[in-house]
Amino acid sequence: MLHLILFSVFGLVCVAGAVNLLLQRHPINSALSLVVVMGSLAVEFLLLGAEFVAAIQVIVYAGAVMVLFVFVIMLLNAGEEEQTRGSRVAWLLGIPAVLASMIIVCWALITHSNVGSVAIGALPGHPADIAQLLFHQFLLPFEVTSILVLIAIMGAVVLAARSETVERSKREG
Amino acid sequence: MVQLSYYLVLSGILFACGVVGFLIKRNIITIFMSIELMLNGVNLSFVAFAAHWQKLSGQVFVFFVMVVAAAEAAVGLAIIIALFRTRETLNIDQVNLLKL
Repeated sequence: MLHLILFSVFGLVCVAGAVNLLLQRHPINSALSLVVVMGSLAVEFLLLGAEFVAAIQVIVYAGAVMVLFVFVIMLLNAGEEEQTRGSRVAWLLGIPAVLASMIIVCWALITHSNVGSVAIGALPGHPADIAQLLFHQFLLPFEVTSILVLIAIMGAVVLAARSETVERSKREG
Repeated sequence: MVQLSYYLVLSGILFACGVVGFLIKRNIITIFMSIELMLNGVNLSFVAFAAHWQKLSGQVFVFFVMVVAAAEAAVGLAIIIALFRTRETLNIDQVNLLKL
């Protein structure tokens, strides 16, 4: 019962944050509601027993990635979202298709909801157990992600650095 | 005890919110945040299935998704900064050419 109450409360906070992200016009408000979503998702992970995942959800997502977002919003001085018409295909086909498929999936899941239930803390994801998997069974993907992160760092530096050709063309033009 | 499907429904709702935000938002940073929302929704279903099948691999997948999302955020925000320098706008309707 406690599990259901905690799940419902934090699930509602999560969905409210996601809807608020869509409704807000200013990007900084959207970013802060995304922090709410990520924080309550970390609680949902804890309810499932995934302690390590909950910790890195808070540290990496709600911490590092969102700081990056807020930093860019403040650096670019992003103001209120301009209202332009946008793509008509997205409005006419995309939104109804997304809503219809979401309703169908939710309906199918709820009508077949007796497939199984999970207890509170069902699978304790201790860091030691995850490290055991990560450095034995998933060693190759782990090393590949290290190369990916290295490439991403170099790409970010190259892209964000003020290039000389752009400077020259601005000075001339 | 909570049904597994409740977790999947929550994850589906989060994913749908992300897709709707991707379609209706016109600010490129908010569109980027919608992508993060979709990734978070998928992460929740990974952890729920890991708990259901009693296999830790699901939580390791979440770790990989987070690494890729962090790399994607770094590169994407660098692209947004480079874009803002040349166009001086964040509205994607005004970014319709690859080359200026």
